[in-house]
Amino acid sequence: MPVKKKVHAVAIEASKPKPPFTKGQLLEFLRQMLGIRRMEERCAQAYGQGTIGGFCHLYIGQEAVAVGALAATRPDDYVLTTYRDHGMALARGIRPEQIFAELFGRIGGCSKGRGGSMHLFDKEKNFLGGHGIVGAHIPLGTGTAFASKYRGEDRVTLCFFGEGAVQNGAFHESLNLAALWELPIVYVCENNRYGMGTALERASSLLDLHKRAESYGMTHSLVDGMDVLEVYTQVKKAVDGARKGIPSFLETRTYRFRGHSMSDPIHSHYRTKEEVEGERQNDPVLRLLATLEEMGLANQEEFDAIDREVSAEVKAAMEAAMKSPEPDPATVYNFVYANDPYGGKRPS
Amino acid sequence: MANLSIREALNQAMAEEMERDPGVFLMGEEVGLYNGAYKVSQGLLAKFGPNRVVDTPISECGFAGVGIGAAMAGLRPIVEMMTFNFALQAIDQVINNAAKMLLMSGGQFNIPIVIRGPNGAAHMLAAQHSQSFESFYSHVPGLKVVTYSDPKDAKGLLKSSIRDNDPVIFLESESTYGLKGDVPEGERLIPLGKGEVKRQGMDLTIISWSKMVPLVALKVADELQKEGIEAEVVDPRTLKPLDEEIIFRSVKKTNRAVIIEEGSRFCGVGAEIAERIYKACYDDLDAPVERVTSLDVPMPYAHSLESDVLPSVKRGLEAARKVLYM
Repeated sequence: MPVKKKVHAVAIEASKPKPPFTKGQLLEFLRQMLGIRRMEERCAQAYGQGTIGGFCHLYIGQEAVAVGALAATRPDDYVLTTYRDHGMALARGIRPEQIFAELFGRIGGCSKGRGGSMHLFDKEKNFLGGHGIVGAHIPLGTGTAFASKYRGEDRVTLCFFGEGAVQNGAFHESLNLAALWELPIVYVCENNRYGMGTALERASSLLDLHKRAESYGMTHSLVDGMDVLEVYTQVKKAVDGARKGIPSFLETRTYRFRGHSMSDPIHSHYRTKEEVEGERQNDPVLRLLATLEEMGLANQEEFDAIDREVSAEVKAAMEAAMKSPEPDPATVYNFVYANDPYGGKRPS
Repeated sequence: MANLSIREALNQAMAEEMERDPGVFLMGEEVGLYNGAYKVSQGLLAKFGPNRVVDTPISECGFAGVGIGAAMAGLRPIVEMMTFNFALQAIDQVINNAAKMLLMSGGQFNIPIVIRGPNGAAHMLAAQHSQSFESFYSHVPGLKVVTYSDPKDAKGLLKSSIRDNDPVIFLESESTYGLKGDVPEGERLIPLGKGEVKRQGMDLTIISWSKMVPLVALKVADELQKEGIEAEVVDPRTLKPLDEEIIFRSVKKTNRAVIIEEGSRFCGVGAEIAERIYKACYDDLDAPVERVTSLDVPMPYAHSLESDVLPSVKRGLEAARKVLYM
């Protein structure tokens, strides 16, 4: 079906005033974003060498969303995301060696080698995956928010998904239920413009996706997803609202600098090299560095020092993960049932 | 001993478990204000309030997912599907989320949820309201599939299912909600994975579950008795995990087996059971295992056709005579 080229109706407004960030906070953002960037680069390398199997979706370009958003949460808040989950897991505090070990299919992985790239989990960190079916985890996040309200707790759920999920039923059913029941949840759409190779304008009747929340009478806003300070500010506001029982929907505009997965080239039929190069000028890591320089809080030299440190940590984590053994085939029936009717034996 | 309908037995099971554990709640379409589409949840809203008896919109994918998410957060939801025919809207949630979460997370997130509601045909409800789904769910690793055929089992098995730490698909039936029977007073749990011999016999084994037990299998046994043939009726109750031993024990005694199930024939649960019987009782069988199933057609509306599609006493008797070479 031919689709008319559409343009976004509104420009993204920056929130004013921004909260006063401390130098420590800003440098922590930088360190985390660089950590994700360097970890993902290592993943690309490992994938090329065959150390990582299956599908592998890199987060490069979207770091500001995970880092800014999760900095606005409490450790007891619930976080759920998509299969593009490495960066989110790291920003949630899962140790990089556990992430690498999971990607390598080792027992030291945060899902004990059972989940892989798309299914990172950490119960202690309230990181509830890592989900592989587009949109299907949105009802789950709605359910954790339901549980908070049921128990009278003030724990908030942050549920991340791509703009591809906004077209499916699970998303719409969830938003309706969350608004109907006033659940403590913030839905964060990471609009990176492409659902695999399908541009948003070829998939959505509405380009300002945040406005979809209006159908449910839900608070919504549009966020510059390449600006970590902006993401933090807006998510913080939304999280504070959710704690009082006001769910909301944030559309963060971001961009992935790599292909959809490792088997998708950076640019091909669906987007041009020029477009990707143009977006790279808006690199969230470099933008934060520019802000830091502007504020006189850091310079290139300090940036390089942090980068070297972070890169060394990532490398060490990767090497440590390689030492973790693969799961023993004798344990293949582990984790199928919690009340195992077969008593750990192989069923006939 | 109280004489209860299956509807009352299920209601008691939920009420007792909700009383016992504040994490147990009921969610679904019409479960609260309306008191249940089939009145299984009658009175629960009045007793437990709207926080624990949650009416939902017609949004099966959404509320099944909410239940699974709530289970990830440690609650124990009972999700009522008005019928399992509607649960297809939620089957992605059940298969991709409920069944796989424990393994995907390396053992961190078990899903203690019960998804319950009527399964299979009732009376002239036509194609989209009449399918039997036990083989669909039984095929999925990570799920448990539970059925019952009388009020005592309905209560004891639902209580166990609610306490179980895994996702349980609990299959009921519109046509037997009113069926009455004795239910022991007080707490009586029936473990998942344990079947029961519903009628003793020496001449052949009829394996059947859910409403096929009272509506077909036991009636076939009654008819056979008039001819001096004693059929043993075995109800595995839980289809997954399956109580193979109770089946094998009976078949080794009678040397003949008929499986009666409401599901359609191709890839039915009965095919799995037959294969296991062949393997475990090969030397004991005096006749090939017979299967009585629904015909492989979408359910037609007309009474004459519907009756033809569903397993009947007549077809049960024919199968029994076949294994007896009569």
